[in-house]
Amino acid sequence: MKSFDYIRPASIAEAIAAAAEPGTAYLAAGTNLLDLMKGGASRPDRLVDITRLPGLDGVDRLDDGAMRIGTMVRNADLAHDPAFARAYPVVAEALLSGASAQLRNAATVGGNLMQKTRCSYFADPAAACNRRSPGAGCDARQGENRSHAILGWSENCIATHPSDFCVPLAALGAVVEIAGPAGSREVALEDFHLLPDETPERETALERGELVTAIRLPPDAAGFAAHSRYMKLRERTSFAFALVSAAAFLKVEDGIITEARLALGGVAARPWRSKVAEELLKGAALERRTFAEAATAALAEARPSGDNAVKIELARRISIRALLLAAAGTPSRLPALPGSPLSSQYGDLANA
Amino acid sequence: MPDTLPFPPRMGSNAGQPLSRRDGPLKVTGAATFAADNHPEGMLYAVPATAAIARGRVTGMNVAAARAHPGVVEVYTPANRPPLMHDPDEKLGLFGMRMEALQNDSVRYAGQPIAFVVAETLEAATEGAALLAPEYAAEPARVTAETGERYTPERVGFGGPLSVGAGDIEAGLAAAAHRLETRFETPDQYHNAMEPHALVAQWDGDKLTLDTPNQAIVMACGLFAAYFGIPAENIHLRSPFLGGGFGSKAVPTGAQILTILAARELGRPVKLALTRQQMFGPVGHRARTWQTLRMGLDGAGKLTALHHHSTGATSSFDDFIEPAAAASRTLYASPAILTTHDGIRLDTGTPGAMRAPGEASGSAALEVAIDEAAEVCGMNPLAFRLANYAEVEPITGKPYSSKALRECYEAGAKAFGWASRPLAPRQMRDEAGMLTGWGMGTAVFHCPMFPASAEAVIRADGTAVIRTSGADMGQGAWTALAQIGAAALGLDPDQVEFESGHSHLPDAGVAGGSGHTASAGQALHNAGEDAVARLAELASTDPASPLYGTGNAGVLARRGRLYARDDESRSESYAEILARAGKPQVEGTGKGARDPASAETYALQAHGAVFAEVKVDPELGQMRVSRMIGAFAAGRIINPKLARSQYLGGMIWGLSFALHEEAIHDRRTGRIVNADFAGYHVPVNADVPEMEAIMIHEDDPHVNVLGVKGVGEIGITGSVGAVANAIWHATGFRPHRFPVRIEDVLPSLS
Repeated sequence: MKSFDYIRPASIAEAIAAAAEPGTAYLAAGTNLLDLMKGGASRPDRLVDITRLPGLDGVDRLDDGAMRIGTMVRNADLAHDPAFARAYPVVAEALLSGASAQLRNAATVGGNLMQKTRCSYFADPAAACNRRSPGAGCDARQGENRSHAILGWSENCIATHPSDFCVPLAALGAVVEIAGPAGSREVALEDFHLLPDETPERETALERGELVTAIRLPPDAAGFAAHSRYMKLRERTSFAFALVSAAAFLKVEDGIITEARLALGGVAARPWRSKVAEELLKGAALERRTFAEAATAALAEARPSGDNAVKIELARRISIRALLLAAAGTPSRLPALPGSPLSSQYGDLANA
Repeated sequence: MPDTLPFPPRMGSNAGQPLSRRDGPLKVTGAATFAADNHPEGMLYAVPATAAIARGRVTGMNVAAARAHPGVVEVYTPANRPPLMHDPDEKLGLFGMRMEALQNDSVRYAGQPIAFVVAETLEAATEGAALLAPEYAAEPARVTAETGERYTPERVGFGGPLSVGAGDIEAGLAAAAHRLETRFETPDQYHNAMEPHALVAQWDGDKLTLDTPNQAIVMACGLFAAYFGIPAENIHLRSPFLGGGFGSKAVPTGAQILTILAARELGRPVKLALTRQQMFGPVGHRARTWQTLRMGLDGAGKLTALHHHSTGATSSFDDFIEPAAAASRTLYASPAILTTHDGIRLDTGTPGAMRAPGEASGSAALEVAIDEAAEVCGMNPLAFRLANYAEVEPITGKPYSSKALRECYEAGAKAFGWASRPLAPRQMRDEAGMLTGWGMGTAVFHCPMFPASAEAVIRADGTAVIRTSGADMGQGAWTALAQIGAAALGLDPDQVEFESGHSHLPDAGVAGGSGHTASAGQALHNAGEDAVARLAELASTDPASPLYGTGNAGVLARRGRLYARDDESRSESYAEILARAGKPQVEGTGKGARDPASAETYALQAHGAVFAEVKVDPELGQMRVSRMIGAFAAGRIINPKLARSQYLGGMIWGLSFALHEEAIHDRRTGRIVNADFAGYHVPVNADVPEMEAIMIHEDDPHVNVLGVKGVGEIGITGSVGAVANAIWHATGFRPHRFPVRIEDVLPSLS
């Protein structure tokens, strides 16, 4: 593989300084980056290892009730943090529905945001990919694209962002904390991943040298703990990316939805929050008909980017399922198969 | 690694006992040395550069850039590849394939090795290969049924006949009360053994040492030797452990030949370890099939005609046609059976034997078709199969050497609870509301044997050593074969050293075709008996022995002693006999091979019945197998613990065939887009349900001396159909293409 410089900074400031040069990548667990480097799809000149930086691995409740998660917190540690999982059961469920136990033990919160699309043409250096190599073209558009985007795609790129974790984060209005050469700033997670348009190579809102330092869940995010679910559809029961997924959150009073959140995964280059659906649900009763209308609204703009029209219907159905299960109430224990429709409880599907 | 392996604490003293695998502790502690774990002094690393196009020519490569990369020692291309003593485009032996060893600049499939970089480090060799940045004159890739070239092959499988049948199909169809024509498509699958194809080559003059996983150790030496013009015995091939083979590690491949060549040219040991991606193409696969079954059925649900046609894909330059239709030759009775094949040439690597070649794909189609026929006749699928039970082998009319399939059906159905299965689909829901279906399939696999030889030595201290080159690829050969040898010697397994896993031993034949235990086992059995006979001769001719005058046939060997058969109070230990004779040891030899007379007289087949339960989400179409029970009759079982693992592994592979595995080609470039474990899915633990393998007793005095049929591959057969038929029973959707996808079942749901 290509030779590269390896730098292990002692502070965030050193890390940012070291990453100022073009061709630099931050290295956390490397569960995605190192694979891409071995395969030749990613060829950085230098890696800045942030795994030893102090102060990036805390899970802290802030004074205003927000929850701050350091960028180096491992997926498994976060999902198994009892206080965190009680307050945000769907975030824990989404984390545990992803990857494998071994990968979750290594993979980090910031790395989850920064992971690349699993479009096979992106990963194959011999294929044309605008995202990897601007202007090269998109082999996926006329290629094998069953799992590709149905929302927010362009002729230049039809890739999806593969994260499970980011789907509930987007719905809950999470904020990404960023440090960089020009100081610190914040970006809403919904806006962190960019849609491809004319510049699919611009994957996130980060500027050169910027580093994700934390993710923050706003104070009201824990208010959905009683009625929320993450549902993930795929052929293999575990250790597979979502064909489509949905995170649904409801606040319910006297059988009426006072506030709703809905986001879809596996459908676009970003986790796809549908505020239209959320508005439809607000003030409605807990009825399947309402959920179906909301799901249909969430996918009103969807169109196939290839041989994947079925994903539109599946995304609609997984949204309805997530809403139905959220309405029924968050289970007191995480299911043995997190996020899986196959872990449905007694009678969940009796009327399906 | 040690030369011999200890047995774990004794659980029994003889064949038939469920001994744990002898190499288990070494493997789980990481102490087992696999080929790529070898690092001889001064070793270099080899990495092939592979083609990004599926057809055309390489017109240029930046060899200078690769050579200039620090650490790169040599770059081989067709322009400078040293000569080989055998043309890689000429097939060698029955199992040999045409291969790519840089003989010219043509590209015949994506992933084909087109250059070979050798360097001081793996990283340098990898980057050297990347820096070659080949240019191509590409021609359109032909990787679909529509673009491939249809042709009529001369043979299918390894030399099998294209067409086999008996009776008049058209007459049978004409006379039928019901007629059924049904079509199937099975995908490209890749062996994906956990361990990659690795090889470490070291030359010493014209002597060659190879560390490489191999399923046919002695045969492979002959093949490797031919490319280098040396006698086979000059090669010492060491293959103590294989991390899975599944048919892909029996014959040399191009990159392995180039590694040996580089080691000779550069005068240093060279290691090759293919990456996962590099295993998609040059090391064989199970190719796509397109199958059609035509069936005629009378009013009582009996077959009047069965025509199974399979079109198999192969490469543009070599022939391996999956003998899929052969699955219909031996299982169900019909007055007319016809099994036929043709081929399609595609721009892919050449397919080859992959666990149950032919049977797996053919059984998948046949068992679904049989279920469709049962549906047409309004019959329970088990009753239908029993109505068409073959009492003698169809087509040949031979009696089966043994056939406990009825008992398999009965035991499997009982354990599964099949009797309460509703006839119609979509009748069952579980407590959560999941659509639930039950399906079954019949398993069948033939019982080949390969010529094998072995030796056994009884030593002065009464212990023994047995030797054969057998290959333990995870199936447990080192344990089961040692049990057979120990039993023949009348010793406990822990008193017997077993030398195996390298080529300077008697040839154990091929670990393939589910025939290794029968073949190498028979050789060991005969070698053990031969050694005991020599011991008996010493004792019975020695007036000082209590066994004097008993004669060869007059003794029994048990627990290290010989006993007079008619008077067990007369006995003597092996050590005593040898001590008195003043001999350090006695040696026996033995052979294993199919008795042509039994093959001529009998149909030799193992059988089984597999039952599966599938749950399907009624809205989302997500599917999961929730229960699987197989009952198998495969003659004598040497080690039930290992045999059970083989059955379960086969059943899981069947589940995988039905629901997961498929290599997908980009139809324009011909490249495989999911050539890694992230994209090429095999089942994970969460997909593997409660499953059980029931062993049905079967005494077979005809199949071979040991009565062993083989258990390695039969588990796949029947299982694909059982899962597919359960999907139908759950949803009403009848799978005709594998693997079954969510979008396939979706239209049948709400």
